[in-house]
Amino acid sequence: MIISVASGKGGTGKTTVAVNLALSLANVQFLDCDVEEPNAQIFLKPHILDRKKAGILVPQVDPAKCHGCGKCQEVCAYHAIAVLPSCHGKKGKVLVFPHLCHGCGACSLLCPQKAIEEVEKDIGVIEIGEIQGIQVVQGCLNIGEAMSPPLIRQVKEYINRTRTVIVDAPPGTSCPVITTVKGSDFCLLVTEPTPFGLNDLILAVEVLRKLQIPIGVVINRADIGDGKVEIYCESAKIPVLMKIPFSRDIAVSYSKGTPIVSQDPLYRERFINLYRDICKVANEAHTYH
Amino acid sequence: MKHILIISGKGGTGKTVVSGSLAALAKNSLMVDCDVDAADLHLLLHPVIRERHDFRSGQTAVIDQDLCRRCGKCIAVCRFEAIKQDSTIEPFSCEGCGLCSRVCPHGAIRMEESVSGEWFVSDTRYGPFVHAKLGIAEENSGKLVSKIRQVAKELAQQQSRDYVIVDGPPGIGCPVIASLTGVDCALIVTEPTLSGLHDAKRVAEVAEHFHIPVKFVINKYDLNLDMTKKIEDFCREQDIPVIGKIGFDKAVVQALVQGKTIVEHVSCAAADEIKKIWESLKSE
Repeated sequence: MIISVASGKGGTGKTTVAVNLALSLANVQFLDCDVEEPNAQIFLKPHILDRKKAGILVPQVDPAKCHGCGKCQEVCAYHAIAVLPSCHGKKGKVLVFPHLCHGCGACSLLCPQKAIEEVEKDIGVIEIGEIQGIQVVQGCLNIGEAMSPPLIRQVKEYINRTRTVIVDAPPGTSCPVITTVKGSDFCLLVTEPTPFGLNDLILAVEVLRKLQIPIGVVINRADIGDGKVEIYCESAKIPVLMKIPFSRDIAVSYSKGTPIVSQDPLYRERFINLYRDICKVANEAHTYH
Repeated sequence: MKHILIISGKGGTGKTVVSGSLAALAKNSLMVDCDVDAADLHLLLHPVIRERHDFRSGQTAVIDQDLCRRCGKCIAVCRFEAIKQDSTIEPFSCEGCGLCSRVCPHGAIRMEESVSGEWFVSDTRYGPFVHAKLGIAEENSGKLVSKIRQVAKELAQQQSRDYVIVDGPPGIGCPVIASLTGVDCALIVTEPTLSGLHDAKRVAEVAEHFHIPVKFVINKYDLNLDMTKKIEDFCREQDIPVIGKIGFDKAVVQALVQGKTIVEHVSCAAADEIKKIWESLKSE
């Protein structure tokens, strides 16, 4: 089963929930898909066994073969390739802007002269590690790199369905989140009971409903703020699977990178129960479809 | 005119709480919310919408099932896993490259322009506010950010505003890069946790990569004084000024629940510190 942990709003406790859930279960694979800011390693401290460069394919033009016909510029939807026409007897030139390139391959496939080869451009690294029987796969986007979805897709290629796969998602509701949660059997949405938490939870719920992924909510710092998140969940028929009260102890151990379950064994029991409830909701949704 | 961007790397460190208060303190300013896929600043500013515009960007492939012969060429060339085995498009995976429509031998695939969000120009008690809402499961948040930054800049110039206060998105990817473009200062709001510092360092590097001057604010600094010291040490080494340390204060959440900025809610230590931060930003 693939369980992703997402939130809409940042800083609500996605990584905390994902990490503690992983540490409470057996036979787990943990994927950190928050490749812009991968934080799970701070809590899991995996031994890194393998490190691979991740890249996307960008065009490289062979000037000897290029006739300057302009087909590549015409087919590029992202304005990542421009053809300067020849003038005053000087040969034309093709300019490539790798940062705009989505790596779709259209230019290379459709070039009539077969003058465009695709070469790999680094966008980040993928690390594979291990800790207490948990396989950890994490992506880390290079500084200055704009596009995280290709790296997220490459992290997800490591998914091993013979394990319980826990996927830590980035915040927000746009492409990086969608790329991450796509294909999950269940998505846990972590929120906090404030107007910001509620506003962003509603956005995240709309996205997951569109993707037809079963959901459940964890309310973190459940005793601060107001009761509107619970009222919303009840009216939208979304199960609230866990509430974690605000505690200075939890906040302090978080700040040091210590998981809750290492600090307070009672929480291990609570996370095992959370997993049971997730399975129940996911199965019901499955039967329903 | 000065553009000040508030970012954090890690989400939930207090960007919007700080942005809202700066909006309340800055005179003759204009506000922008660049966190277009999880916008929250409107919950503090309570905008009255004056203008509403569709955001058109990119295209989505549509397969005409009557013309499609299920040859699978489109599936083979699509790098975004956007075409299902039954030859239908998953619109939220399609990045609009159009390659499928070009290779389809039966002319069964057309590209349709998609409306992927809305943007607004609004009035608030602190001045004009430019904000946006990305459509559900839509992409191109970076382009939407660039669009509202551009609109805000023109409006601020027309109205001779002194400050543009920009609430930024979390992370370091395309919406952050689009937010950073052309600002005078990036104020990084962090918290004294290992994650907060790790993420703040990364976003500070991104800002430096684009030659934007950086300043730090440490929120909830008293939750872990050792970590606060580590952040201050890092900033000293990097020659980054720390212009404020806001203590953990329950009044911040109370203000939030009432939809108010902390500086107008109640007089408290957190509000005083944010006033000090504004004085420091203003004096440059």
